Amino acid sequence: MRWRTAALRALAPITAVVFALLVASVALVLVDRSPITAFVEMAKFAATLKSFISIMNRAYPLYISAIAVAIGFKMGLFNIGVEGQYLFASLLAAWVAASIALPAPLHVLVVLLVAVVVGSAWSGIAGVLKVTRGVHEVISTIMLNFIAFGLVSWLLANFLRQENEPGDLIIKTAEIPASGRFPSLNPLLAAIGLEPPRGSVWQGFLVVAILLGIGYYFLVWRTRFGYELRASGINPGAARAAGVDPDAMVIKTMLLSGAFAGLVAIGPLLGFFNRYTLDFPRQLGFIGIGIALLGRNHPLGMFLGAVLWGFMDRSAQILDLNDIPREIVQIMQGVIVLAVVIAYEVVTRFVEREQVKAAAAATATEATEAEVGEVSA
Amino acid sequence: MEATTGTREAVIPAVELVAITKRFPGVIANQDVHLRVMPGEVHAVVGENGAGKSTLMKILYGMQQPDEGSILVGGQERRFRSPKDAIDVGIGMVHQHFMLADNLTVLENVVLGSEPAKGIALDFVSARSDIVELGDRYGLAVDPDVLVEELAVGERQRVEILKVLYRGAQILILDEPTAVLVPQEVEELFENLRGLKDEGVTIIFISHKLDEVLAIADRITVMRGGRTVATVAPEEVDAHRLAELMVGSELPTPEIRESTVTDVVELDVQGLTVTNDEGRTVLEDVSFVIHRGEVVGIAGVEGNGQRELVDALVGIVRVSDGRVLVGGEDVTNRPTAQIRQLGVGLIPEDRHRQGLLLPSPLWENAMLGHQFGPPFMSGPWIDRGGARSRTREIIDRFGVKAPGPDVPAVALSGGNQQKLVVGREMIAQPQVLIAAQPTRGIDVGAQAAVWEQLRQARAAGMAILLISADLEELIGLSDTLKVILRGRLVATLDPRSVTPEELGGYMTGVRSQEATA
Repeated sequence: MRWRTAALRALAPITAVVFALLVASVALVLVDRSPITAFVEMAKFAATLKSFISIMNRAYPLYISAIAVAIGFKMGLFNIGVEGQYLFASLLAAWVAASIALPAPLHVLVVLLVAVVVGSAWSGIAGVLKVTRGVHEVISTIMLNFIAFGLVSWLLANFLRQENEPGDLIIKTAEIPASGRFPSLNPLLAAIGLEPPRGSVWQGFLVVAILLGIGYYFLVWRTRFGYELRASGINPGAARAAGVDPDAMVIKTMLLSGAFAGLVAIGPLLGFFNRYTLDFPRQLGFIGIGIALLGRNHPLGMFLGAVLWGFMDRSAQILDLNDIPREIVQIMQGVIVLAVVIAYEVVTRFVEREQVKAAAAATATEATEAEVGEVSA
Repeated sequence: MEATTGTREAVIPAVELVAITKRFPGVIANQDVHLRVMPGEVHAVVGENGAGKSTLMKILYGMQQPDEGSILVGGQERRFRSPKDAIDVGIGMVHQHFMLADNLTVLENVVLGSEPAKGIALDFVSARSDIVELGDRYGLAVDPDVLVEELAVGERQRVEILKVLYRGAQILILDEPTAVLVPQEVEELFENLRGLKDEGVTIIFISHKLDEVLAIADRITVMRGGRTVATVAPEEVDAHRLAELMVGSELPTPEIRESTVTDVVELDVQGLTVTNDEGRTVLEDVSFVIHRGEVVGIAGVEGNGQRELVDALVGIVRVSDGRVLVGGEDVTNRPTAQIRQLGVGLIPEDRHRQGLLLPSPLWENAMLGHQFGPPFMSGPWIDRGGARSRTREIIDRFGVKAPGPDVPAVALSGGNQQKLVVGREMIAQPQVLIAAQPTRGIDVGAQAAVWEQLRQARAAGMAILLISADLEELIGLSDTLKVILRGRLVATLDPRSVTPEELGGYMTGVRSQEATA
């Protein structure tokens, strides 16, 4: 029964992906391109070591972002503000990383701490506003995003930038010294006899992202805090009667969600860019919402979702070379998110009906139960 | 079962249900049900919770289809596929829980769903005059332009009735209409119903409150265990006889044989006062004590402060004045988690709102409110094994019909959900148990089981606060009985000598007594 249910639930995202492939195929046929060629080219291009590294580098920040969103979702809170939280945290972390001098592991730890604190604090504002003023977190986090974008530009341009060399027009923070950088996984490739492709850096923060995923699982599913968080999301009234303070829960959840959000782009920062510039990666927070939906807030599901996203983003690059519009990938990504929400809903209803039937069958021997209105209604 | 007087035989019944049977998986909700409602009468359908009244009305209103039997309206056989079909032949339903949009006006609410159109615009002018006219004719005057959120509960109910009449209903089904009303509002409702009746409207009145039924009904049909067992006129019976019809030949009075009351105070409530968000005092100067091994029953019409009392005792709402002591420790305005860990169990009045995580497995439901330590926790981690075995223990000991600890709570029937909630609180052996409507909505067998559990717990020394709408339950289980009216305890009674009629008198404020507690 449990395995069957799990299999049914896995069916939902698979259906969504298949459906997205169909929609994309139709779109390709309409513009007179062969869908088969497109998908084969994408798969071929993605099946190289260089692509694998690129996909992983793209996937893990999205994964952390999805976890940040999922923590909110699990208690019924919509943290739309991961975008602003990670950008703000990344900027301040970059500035601190370039401004301090510490031995290597400590240096990185301090930077991580800064990112966590900034992300947490920025997200916590929305929590406090909700608890004290009743402001819905969707509104406040969206507004905080805009404030964060503005603050980031203003702080960077006026206070945190490095004086430019003559002729250099890019606004950026100072470069992070070697002790503040996060090691890459390229030596691992070498160790198993693979030659890292030229110019490719397999960012080591992937390991941290996986640890964060495991931590997320244990925290939410195996601790009292996680239980209370989930109970609040399912039935706030029942959670309250069971001794969960709803206000404290909102604050704690927003702080925790923001803490994860703060770490979203720390990997690329310390392992690739080594500074915050105006072309630092954006949108990771928003895409994280889609991946949290796709992966159903499940640590493994979201990881697969993030990898799928990484794959699509990477393989899209080959399409232009084959004269196929790369926007087709964006269509697929959009369709997947929409379709998966619907598919999950359908599956959930189906599973629920099955369970009611099963429980009724298992207990039908004594037909004295008169109150069936609730089950059937 | 048939009409008792010969003179009515010539008249065609407004509604007639013949041999209705409705089955659900594992359960027969209605079996061979007969109901005959004459035009222009107030016909009450009474029965215990779970007797099949709601299912029958859902069938009559087209929300569910019968497996067998037929529905005749005005002598013609009808099949209702949806409530729309029922509305089309003039049957309207006023639900127990109002279905109104708070932020719309009375006018907008009434026309919602059957808006009068004038081209593409809404014809509010003619709608307004229609509503005013309806209100005048039936004595249901409500200002059509006021927002529903500004109305009192009784007025909202009038809007619901207007809404149904506006759609042309001549047969009104009222599902437990007095459950949410205070006594004065009940009287107003009854006045309105008499007015409707004089205008020729037929009313089917679902209730389990016998005094109300006797006061308003022309005839009463009694349901028990999914069947209709009798149709009587109010002059022929008294409340006691009606109650016997409802529960069968003998009342399962859960008589407590000998007192187990000790002189150790477990719960001490002094001068408890609660003010709600709107600044209204909803609980005023409530004082009582419960000793080890004692059951204190709180009787009262729903909505007279019972919910606030429970919420205040477990720390869900702020106490503005007074003190609550559990086992001698002052817990006034302490967090709920602390109060519960001190040994206060709670069976909430509404298991769906406060008692269960419906999509979650039973073992997660079993730990709700007990997530602070063993057997559910081991160190900082949830002990899944411990939680599952505790859940199996609850299932076995409390007769919960469930396949196992991993099915979601939503898969259980209401009675079994309630048994799970009761079991989870009982098995933790709290010092103080707050049991609000512990047998609401469950069948007679499960009810007896819950009573037995309460009795055993009391004998074992638990201090129990029993809040119930079931007067027999209160009288049968309590050592001391208090009556709550408009947020105050207005009477202290001896359950061995009080009758349901007397109790009803205190609950509605007809009788009064200087509170002695």
